[in-house]
Amino acid sequence: MANRINREQVQHVAGLAKLEFTDAELDAFTPQLDDIIGMFESLSEVDTDGVDVTSNVSDQLNVMREDVADNWGQSSALLHNAPDAARGFIKVPAIIDESEDND
Amino acid sequence: MNFETTIGLEVHIELKTNSKIFSPSPVAYGADPNANTNVIDWGYPGVLPTTNKGVVADGIIAALALHATVEQHTHFDRKNYFYPDNPKAYQITQSDKPIGHDGWVEVDVDGVKKKIGIAEMHIEEDAGKNTHERDYSYVDLNRQGTPLIEIVSKPDIASPAEAYAYLEALRQRIQFTGISDVKMEEGSMRVDVNISVRPVGQKKFGTKTELKNLNSFNYVQRGLEYEEKRQQQVLMSGGSVQQETRRFDEKTGETILMRVKAGSDDYRYFPEPDLPSLNISDDWIKELGDAMPEMPGKRRERYVNELGLTDYDAMVITQTKEMSDFFDATVALKADPKMAANYLQGDVNAYLNEKQVDLQATKLTPANLAGMINLISDGTISSKMAKKVFKAITNGEEPKAYVEAHGLVQLSDPAKLQPIIDDVLSANPQSIEDFNNGKKRAVGYLVGQIMKQTHGQANPQVVNKLLMAALQQ
Repeated sequence: MANRINREQVQHVAGLAKLEFTDAELDAFTPQLDDIIGMFESLSEVDTDGVDVTSNVSDQLNVMREDVADNWGQSSALLHNAPDAARGFIKVPAIIDESEDND
Repeated sequence: MNFETTIGLEVHIELKTNSKIFSPSPVAYGADPNANTNVIDWGYPGVLPTTNKGVVADGIIAALALHATVEQHTHFDRKNYFYPDNPKAYQITQSDKPIGHDGWVEVDVDGVKKKIGIAEMHIEEDAGKNTHERDYSYVDLNRQGTPLIEIVSKPDIASPAEAYAYLEALRQRIQFTGISDVKMEEGSMRVDVNISVRPVGQKKFGTKTELKNLNSFNYVQRGLEYEEKRQQQVLMSGGSVQQETRRFDEKTGETILMRVKAGSDDYRYFPEPDLPSLNISDDWIKELGDAMPEMPGKRRERYVNELGLTDYDAMVITQTKEMSDFFDATVALKADPKMAANYLQGDVNAYLNEKQVDLQATKLTPANLAGMINLISDGTISSKMAKKVFKAITNGEEPKAYVEAHGLVQLSDPAKLQPIIDDVLSANPQSIEDFNNGKKRAVGYLVGQIMKQTHGQANPQVVNKLLMAALQQ
């Protein structure tokens, strides 16, 4: 194993994604993820000399819409599709408030 | 030990666009829960967000209003986090190329002017809103995708009073651009603060704490004052400040520990692949800049230097663009600027407070206010009569017509006033004697009698002049 990612990093990323893995799962996933990163590493073989750095692979630029409101009237269909709804709200199990300041 | 304080402010401002930042759902308040949402707002698989041009324009306007450099090659980034107010599990925001950077605002604290730097400002989407009841939580995604601008200060703010002044300057400038209502009480302006103290001379910043639940500028200042003192005491007693989030308690004025920060946040930002990059042209920036209204600082200079207002008057008049525009329009109709400023600060503000409305929601017009002031200036009505006229113009009545219809014409003609004065004098010989014996108070009594005789319509200046002349004969 080339050690591109270690067990602790896998556990950390799993934690960020609210996933819990057993030791056996960590043992299994760590080399798998290592292989996946290895596969992506093959990209570094491409010669990018003279190619500008970009943050977007699309060749489109300045795609914007005018600021016009349009209500698609989807709310009842969306609520119908939610696991549970009440009084127009999406009803979910009680949220233990760890951070209400995610902006 | 002497300490210096460093305060950082992150201000979120909700934009007044018609539609959301990445979907055409309406931005509106008071709608039924989730009524203003669509598949994009809910983060359904396969949907494609599209950037609202109005939000980009507002970002440019905010950058210009805050003397910032507009980043012309900009893009959005994904900030990953899991929380039920955000169905996508990421927020589309800006990280490495925010739309504006390196701005400043000027503040004035106790007569000392200072420039406070703005590190950057970026455009982003707001999250939905959760309400919690016993066993369940309820999610409303109407606010999801509402456009925000986040403005991050440089670590230039050295006191809670400066923080207050910075927020006020920021609020005013943004308010004048018209891109947001910037009202903390309505949530269209939200403030996160952090503060650290360090012994004077220490290079490294002290450990900072964050404060939450600051629902007014006043609470921001009070929370910071408490926290500044608390941190100083911790350091003086040999302790160390923990990196933690504290909540301001409005009742006690204290800050209370909410949670200790373990490690730094890990949002794994990366460029948003669903939205093409933006190249903002010089022409667009110029077009938006040219259309911007005159900023409050420039107006204050003009009011003081050209119209002779005091600094204080100029400051009060420029609290909102509506007030300042109203003042400009009133003065343009030849109303005396000082009187216009006094009426706006006094009677108009009292009226707005009483009715709990904004100026633009009233029937008051610059034309009617100017008309009333001009009637006072030319002596047609007294300032006492103006009280009645003011009431009438709050109902949208035309002042001149009202004055004529109600016979509120001031008696200024000496030929008509002289006989009344003579009558009052002959009826009050004691007052004349008192006056001759040096009792100046007697004059007030006589003026009162004359006003009574004329049912308050006598012009006080003319009465005074005629009365003094008669007494000194």
